[in-house]
Amino acid sequence: MSENVKKEKSMILQKEMIGGLFKDLGNAKESGKKVVYTFVPGNLSELIRSFDMLMVYPEINALQSGMRKKSDEYIKEAEKWGHSEDVCTYVKCDIGMMLNGNIGPTGEKIPDPDLLLLSYTGCFTFLKWFENLEKLYPGVPVALLHTPYQENGEITPEMTDYMVKQLKNDVIPKMEQVSGQKFDPEKLKTILQHSADTEDMIVKIFDTTKNKPSPIDAYFAGVYYIGPINIGFRGTAEATGYYKELYSEIQERVKLGLGPVTPEGEMKEEKFRLVVEGPPNWTSFREFWKLFYDMGAVIVSSSYTRVGGVYKNGFRHDPNRLLESLSEYCMGCYTNMNLKQRVDMLAQEIVDYKADGFLVNSIKSCNSFSAGQLLMMRTLEDRLGIPVGFIESDLVDPRYFSYSNIKNRLESFFQMLDQRKLISV
Amino acid sequence: MKKFYLGVDLGSTTSKAIIIDEKDEIVGRGITNTRANYTVAVEIARLAAIFNARFYLLKKQLGEEIEQRPEFKQYIEDIESVFEYLQFEKRSDLFLAALLKTANASFNGDIKNKVTHNIEKIFSTVKPKLKSEFIDGGLAKSNQFFRDIISEKYNEEIEKLDKELFEPMTLIYDKSITPVENEMVDFDFKELVYQSMGLLEEKYKKLAEKSAGKTSVRFDAELNILTGNYENVSGSLKKHIDYIADFDLTIANMVGTGYGRAILPFPKDSIKSEILCHAFGAHAVFPFTRTVLDIGGQDTKAIQVDKYGLVTSFNMNDRCAAGCGRYLGYIADEFSISLNELGPEALEAEKEAVICSTCTVFAGAEVREMLNMGEKRSNILAGLHKSIVMRAMSLIARSGGVKNEFTFTGGVARNQAVLKYVGQMVAENYGTDIKINIHTDSIFMGALGAAMFARRASLQKN
Repeated sequence: MSENVKKEKSMILQKEMIGGLFKDLGNAKESGKKVVYTFVPGNLSELIRSFDMLMVYPEINALQSGMRKKSDEYIKEAEKWGHSEDVCTYVKCDIGMMLNGNIGPTGEKIPDPDLLLLSYTGCFTFLKWFENLEKLYPGVPVALLHTPYQENGEITPEMTDYMVKQLKNDVIPKMEQVSGQKFDPEKLKTILQHSADTEDMIVKIFDTTKNKPSPIDAYFAGVYYIGPINIGFRGTAEATGYYKELYSEIQERVKLGLGPVTPEGEMKEEKFRLVVEGPPNWTSFREFWKLFYDMGAVIVSSSYTRVGGVYKNGFRHDPNRLLESLSEYCMGCYTNMNLKQRVDMLAQEIVDYKADGFLVNSIKSCNSFSAGQLLMMRTLEDRLGIPVGFIESDLVDPRYFSYSNIKNRLESFFQMLDQRKLISV
Repeated sequence: MKKFYLGVDLGSTTSKAIIIDEKDEIVGRGITNTRANYTVAVEIARLAAIFNARFYLLKKQLGEEIEQRPEFKQYIEDIESVFEYLQFEKRSDLFLAALLKTANASFNGDIKNKVTHNIEKIFSTVKPKLKSEFIDGGLAKSNQFFRDIISEKYNEEIEKLDKELFEPMTLIYDKSITPVENEMVDFDFKELVYQSMGLLEEKYKKLAEKSAGKTSVRFDAELNILTGNYENVSGSLKKHIDYIADFDLTIANMVGTGYGRAILPFPKDSIKSEILCHAFGAHAVFPFTRTVLDIGGQDTKAIQVDKYGLVTSFNMNDRCAAGCGRYLGYIADEFSISLNELGPEALEAEKEAVICSTCTVFAGAEVREMLNMGEKRSNILAGLHKSIVMRAMSLIARSGGVKNEFTFTGGVARNQAVLKYVGQMVAENYGTDIKINIHTDSIFMGALGAAMFARRASLQKN
């Protein structure tokens, strides 16, 4: 961050929370806390927390490695180990990191897992990823929670039943066994209440982009905002506190009519409002963001900030329907929605947040979610007559981020938006 | 005062410049090969466009007269060819000096003497040949650049030399050509035109002597000049030529585009994306166009435009430039033929060999294997051309398909075999009623769009 960017209280708060998390992980052996490896989309952090266990998210480690310019080395390590060039780079980065001693973003060693919890299967690579982890940590119990895909665009009672059964019969018993604690519904109830409170706050926060200028960037800054809710703090009073603080800071910006804070400084003029589909590139995150900043583009909504849970449609963890709401949460994640649902959601956001354009950043090494993106883009273009753009990069493999090519395409995209604005005036 | 606007398209292979008037009419075109020094490339293209504009204005000035007196037209065309030659000659002299200098610095003793001797010999052979090809033949209008022309002649000559000289002669060529290409040479229009008129006088005098009593001269226009008339023709044109040479061709505004646009010495708001410029240019020429395909040196763009010529969406090749103009260049090298020969030979094919590789380098390996297996060269070339178009079609599909009229632009649109497959595949995929537009200025569409943006920006400012 530039010298002149003032650190907001929420930023400090978040840094402390994440620092504390990694410290807890570093001390897990001494404190006797058990460690669960799991994924962000459809994560059961409330349930894990109810057993006093700690969470490790391999894809978060991978993206952090990407941002810290470590992923290149880790990916090469995994390729030496036999993984092909086409394999998901999150997987390779994560495996490479483990092969290199599993040192986390704060420099502390990440403890080995006591349980591998695969609670989401919309991405088929996740299955293979955990198969690899099983090999790296032989003997570690694996709990699999199969999440049915929303093939018909709805969650039926049968689907929920199916998931609840898995939780009761397999996941919870394994957690009891690993943690040595009995499942405590009352404890989970309190945690879920906090989750719902946090979810209320995050919806309010991402809704502030309705303002012009938008006080926040819902993609580049958005990935920081979703940090606490996605990496294990959902269900804590701490998280609710963080989001309340963040919300009040944003409200202050709205009052003052200020644009988003970026690493380059405050965005002075909002020229374009975009909705973005697809994760950002992590290895050149700052350069990538700057390309948008330089062109005065603010992202008013992004699907990526919904992969860890969709709350805008009203879903909340429900203290009165413990396992049912956990199941519905898993099934409701953005990446578990069918293409039509995703398009409908994006279309609604384009309208709600008055976007000038829609952009896809497609991921070279992600087969699961790059499929269908062109179709989604075309559908939105036809339905709303909105200018669309398509770029390609990668999550954490720096070899797939070509700065000049992306810049060239983005420049064309923004000039195209500029022209269209002239016409519509 | 009339206003003119300049558009420059700095592409990866060629740099183009277009000058338009206040009605978006093209008045001047300039093109050269892009080289290490972008500024020189752009400056050469710009100067060429300005010179070209002066000739255009001259013809316009003469208006109807030129229609009634074909000898005027012929004479001006001849001047243009000589004009080209004089510029070529100047650079060729620089090149000769550079070769000699490099040879003196690179070699010693016997080999140095042999090399310098042969360089001089080559130039004394080649120079009159080239002069004749420019002035009497069609070399000036062949769309070839200095490097292409000189290297072809030079290589022809060094192949005739002792084998031991091949390597040193090639080495000094490689060392000398780039600096000479990157050097800016000053030309004065008026001076060059006068010199051209002088050379033409010689030409006609000789021809008149040769053809005295014969009727086997090329055609009527020339005949008219020759039958003792050339002095009259140049005499009556001179005042017009003087007027045009002194005509104030100030550029009111300019816009740069192309992959090298960021390097152009233009203000930021005068730099535009080539996507927008190609689309705008193509749409100006063919107003019913809704889909534009541009295949350039290193990228292929599929662009959708609206009724105003503004882009609604686009798709470009990512990560790999196989299937672009450079691919053809590479293939031409593999076959040791010139780029211009590729298309015509591919058109002679009986069938298209199947080329699987999406990688240019691997396609090269495939080509060699096919040649070994006895496949006909024309069939392989046809396959290669088809594969380029197939890649382009996939981008078109990604950008939303072909809508209404389809316009094909960029340097590759000059290749007849590519055109054939574009026609075939557009018809197969989008129906036979899609109109396909190709324009002789297809390579200039980006520069044209840029010039048109320059005019509009200038109107907005004022």
